Amino acid sequence: MNASMNAADTLHYQVMWNRLISVVEEQALALVRTAFSTSVREAGDLSAGVFDRRGRMIAQAVTGTPGHVNTMADAVPHFINDIGPDRIYPGDIYITNDPWKGTGHLHDITVCTPVFRDIAQSDATTTETLIGFFAATAHVVDIGGRGYGPDAKEVYEEGINIPIMKWAERWQLNRDLVNIVKANVRESDQVVGDIHGLAASNETGRRRLLGMLDEFGLDDLAELAEFVFDRTGTATRRALGGVEPGVYTNEMVVDGYGEPVTLAVAITVTDDGMHADFSGTSPVCGLGINVPLGYAHAYFTYGMLVALAPELPNNFASLDVFKVSAPDGVILNAQHPDPVAVRHVLGHFVTDLCLGAIAKALPERVPAEGAGALWNFQASARSADLANPRPPVEMLMFNSGGTGARPRLDGLTATAFPSGVRTMSVEATEQIGPIVIWRKEIRPNSGGAGKQRGGLGQVIELGPTEGYQFDFSAMFDRIDHPARGRCGGGDGAPGKVYLEDGTPFAGKGRQVVPEGQRLILELPGGGGHGDPSERSPEAVENDRRQGYVT
Amino acid sequence: MSTSVRFAADVGGTFTDVVLERARGDYASTKVLTTHDAPERAILEGVEQLATAEGIDLSSQSSVVTQFVHGTTLATNALIERRGAQTALVTTEGFRDVIETRTESRFEQYDLDIVLPTPLIERKDRYTVAERRSASGKVLLDFDEAGAVALVEHLASGGYESVAVGFLHSYVDGTNERRFRDLLLDRLPDISVSISCEVSPQMREFERFNTVCANAYVQPLMASYLVRLRDELLQRGVNCPLYLVHSGGGLMSVESAAAFPVRLVESGPAGGAIFAADLAARYGRDRVLSFDMGGTTAKISLIDDFRPATAKTFEVDRTARFKKGSGMPISIPVIDMIEIGAGGGSIASVDVLDQIRIGPKSAGSEPGPAAYSLGGQDATVTDANLQLGRLHRDTFGATDIDLSPQFASEALVRSVGERLGLDANTSAVGVAEVVDENMANAARAHAVENGKDMGGYTMIAFGGGAPLHASRLMDKLGLDELIVPPGAGVGSAIGFLVAPFSYEAVRSFYTSTLDFDVDGSNEVLASLTDEAMSFVQPALSEDAEAILTVERQVSMRYAGQGWEIPVALDDDSTFDEFAAELLSAKFTKAYEGFFGRAIDDLAIETVSWSVRVSSIVAAGERVELSIASSSVAVAATYRDAYDAASGERVETAVIDRNELSPGTCLHGPAIIAEAQTTTVLASHHTCTVQADGTLLITRDRSAQ
Repeated sequence: MNASMNAADTLHYQVMWNRLISVVEEQALALVRTAFSTSVREAGDLSAGVFDRRGRMIAQAVTGTPGHVNTMADAVPHFINDIGPDRIYPGDIYITNDPWKGTGHLHDITVCTPVFRDIAQSDATTTETLIGFFAATAHVVDIGGRGYGPDAKEVYEEGINIPIMKWAERWQLNRDLVNIVKANVRESDQVVGDIHGLAASNETGRRRLLGMLDEFGLDDLAELAEFVFDRTGTATRRALGGVEPGVYTNEMVVDGYGEPVTLAVAITVTDDGMHADFSGTSPVCGLGINVPLGYAHAYFTYGMLVALAPELPNNFASLDVFKVSAPDGVILNAQHPDPVAVRHVLGHFVTDLCLGAIAKALPERVPAEGAGALWNFQASARSADLANPRPPVEMLMFNSGGTGARPRLDGLTATAFPSGVRTMSVEATEQIGPIVIWRKEIRPNSGGAGKQRGGLGQVIELGPTEGYQFDFSAMFDRIDHPARGRCGGGDGAPGKVYLEDGTPFAGKGRQVVPEGQRLILELPGGGGHGDPSERSPEAVENDRRQGYVT
Repeated sequence: MSTSVRFAADVGGTFTDVVLERARGDYASTKVLTTHDAPERAILEGVEQLATAEGIDLSSQSSVVTQFVHGTTLATNALIERRGAQTALVTTEGFRDVIETRTESRFEQYDLDIVLPTPLIERKDRYTVAERRSASGKVLLDFDEAGAVALVEHLASGGYESVAVGFLHSYVDGTNERRFRDLLLDRLPDISVSISCEVSPQMREFERFNTVCANAYVQPLMASYLVRLRDELLQRGVNCPLYLVHSGGGLMSVESAAAFPVRLVESGPAGGAIFAADLAARYGRDRVLSFDMGGTTAKISLIDDFRPATAKTFEVDRTARFKKGSGMPISIPVIDMIEIGAGGGSIASVDVLDQIRIGPKSAGSEPGPAAYSLGGQDATVTDANLQLGRLHRDTFGATDIDLSPQFASEALVRSVGERLGLDANTSAVGVAEVVDENMANAARAHAVENGKDMGGYTMIAFGGGAPLHASRLMDKLGLDELIVPPGAGVGSAIGFLVAPFSYEAVRSFYTSTLDFDVDGSNEVLASLTDEAMSFVQPALSEDAEAILTVERQVSMRYAGQGWEIPVALDDDSTFDEFAAELLSAKFTKAYEGFFGRAIDDLAIETVSWSVRVSSIVAAGERVELSIASSSVAVAATYRDAYDAASGERVETAVIDRNELSPGTCLHGPAIIAEAQTTTVLASHHTCTVQADGTLLITRDRSAQ
């Protein structure tokens, strides 16, 4: 098509491409506005995209979580396959939360909506023809089972698993499925509300898309998709040209759950793409920190895109050049029924793991290691005195340590990377449940030394209010294995967790914070970059004056 | 001669616009270059110019100036350029770094070299006091009096000019903030102090602390400027009341402005929205999209029922492509608008995907667009408009600029054409199309965010750049009517003169329909009403006839959601035992309006409450818009220009707006030139000139 495309056509396609991106941004916005899930609305833990009729992603909204980058793109072909192409009807809505066909754990629900359009036929009649799909994913408030945390031994304990099926068929809601979901989750009104919200956001996308096709006089998405894939593919290959072909390896040891986990990668770079193989990585563990390969794939792809081609949009063509493999049963390639609820902890390290490998080819781009995994926790507030019952409350909070120093800039203090989530306001959190956050402040001296200093972590002190205790699900890493510096930079400070009275607290798993006690979290800092003796005297002096380094 | 006049002055980044309203209600205006070191100089110069031109002797005993209204970007610029006072922040122990750690996120997901905004007050100037209240206002830790006294001593020796105080949950109970202020003023009676429970008593510490810091930071500067301005005006005999336009689109007294200068941020754009709202009322259009495009940015806001939409928080100084999260949040009532980097000076480039991109960088006034011949090398939107024949050196408003078509063409080829293999003309088409598409997309997103559907809206275009792009934007948004009012070039300043006296008091107060706090809600509403009245009533003393309206609103959400929707409370009655039912019903209706579907069985929470007290401004003379015409205007000249409808360059009528008489119509393609802007019609557009000189533009949908 390109050979025959004149300049005016090109401009026309560019305008339509921009419009398509604004369609998926609107789709995502509609979801954020109605979501009950804290992680969706406060942390942007959602994704939204439009796909062609073969299930290839044409555009995706930029949201808070790289974890949905590939997982989202891969989900729609699964929907087409499992529903069956001959069972896809106008007015259908599909759903799943299968960790291996969606985004890696049961808490993420993906809803997919086919788009049909009346297309004129040669005999002057019109036919309702499938032209594409919208899909949207959101992390819901609860999915049943043990509740959010790493302690399940099998995925069955982690909640209800909805295989790919129809939430609605020909505009008729599947009420049996609604009832099954309601009967299996806590906060069922909110969960079902969020599923309706996902479907509504797809519907927003569908209506906008049809309006756009009318405006531009297009029958379907086929030609526009080809234009998008062609442009993106060319630009992606151009970007890959910045890396010398070869094999790049790296290893990283992190805390894991109970025993340390080695993450290993060998990235093979060719002219056509990049392939990450995770052989040499530790085997799966008996608890829910295991990672389905699709999720590891997403964080690998994200790492390569930020390093090589930050301006490229996510679509089938930009993602297609990044492939992964791993032996069955390594912790980055968990198999059903391995537990996977908190797959984000190790998943978040995959970006630093892969950036560390490619650093040899891109020394000017790649930062030192950072805190990596978010320091999320789920606090289930329960009455401290069983004789004096109080209403149970679930609270989820996102917190970040420091990022690794960049070759030309210090690391970012208390900022999420690779995740893109936001923290919640302390005042808003305290309005929701019986928690007091006594301190949430920069942790001095926690950034790795270097010509560029690692980002600082933070210190958080929290406890239950009177009459309550917390069943607290910890999901913290980098306590025993700090973020490593790069190019002579020092390591970041490791994290620490303990109760105010000195009682130790494990980095992972369900534990009690008793009434009247405070839990203290010292979040890890990022690694430094470059020889600390080369740090500019002004930067050293500023660190001292501001109390970043004491 | 003793006819009375009113003045308005809008101090912008480049120009200071001064408008004089004559007794019969029409305007004279002038643009003077802004004098950044002492902005009052430009204002006084403009005032004197207009007074001289109108034959008014300002120093005569019977002064004829009855009112002086002023809006300024001075506070905004001080924040952006970090030219404020030496300021300290005092906060609750444990929360020293709230304004630095922000939301702990990166506003640009794919940029490894991202630089996050620097906090307004550095860590070394942030101090803490031991004290703590719970979310319900209960004392969890007593205020450390001795520690506070020691801190005051430390601040006294630190050379600070201004202090911001922000304690956790002070929106529920501000006792400790007030106590600290008392201790500080006892020791340092002349220091500026801002406390968060007065400046912005809204929940969410990052936004509230940042707002009180911003207020403290600009307060000394703004207070001294306002005093100087008033004195200088007095010296020249202008002893009428002086009012400031606040970000919410109303007038406030000099005293209030000096105490809460953060409320002056965005006053200029607010003037534009008031201008559009006033026109909406005159024209009887209850759904209006206000489109204001200048040299650097375009601003779009929605005006339903003749009132601009308002918000409780916004961001100033978005550093990266106007991206959300890249600026500093300010929690004050503000006219809700979306601002994007799309102005006449916005620079065009080609990205890695071979796509044309516009902005956010702007060539500004120096070096300006390549066509200005001032050394600009990059192609801008203005260069594209010149290349397309929409602008012309003979009809360009600014007479001191000689537009160079050659420089524009060369720049378009250099910035866009070479990479894409396009000639200057096609490059210009691309630039214009992309900037129009960007603005259309921003407008659509803004509508979605506010739960609105754009169908049935009328666009009102003003600002130097808007009429050039408005008809194309109308097509892209599927609107049926476009209005280009007279006086579009100084719209904001004219808007100042039709602004009401108003003040909106806002406070967070949390209660649920499950367990509704009737007394607490009544108290909040009563105290907010008192607070708002206390700002408006003194300003009104000279204008005793004004009638006040009181509008009360509560922001609500389903328990568990994070985004609230505003619900209007319709009268001044107090809540009783049926309050929860009443509010549930109102909320459910509003929610359905936004999202099409309400949710059963969920508790509903109130988050913030607001009371807006405002004077009623007499509506301007009603203008009946009509597409009836008695004759077709005849163009004096024609030139070759691009027609967006056919995608071709065609012979295009060029007409001076001053020569268009009411009741005539004009079919596109056509270009209507006037001193401060140019209006473009494509071949499917028709313009009908209204009785007051307004241009009403409609389109033939079938011909598109």
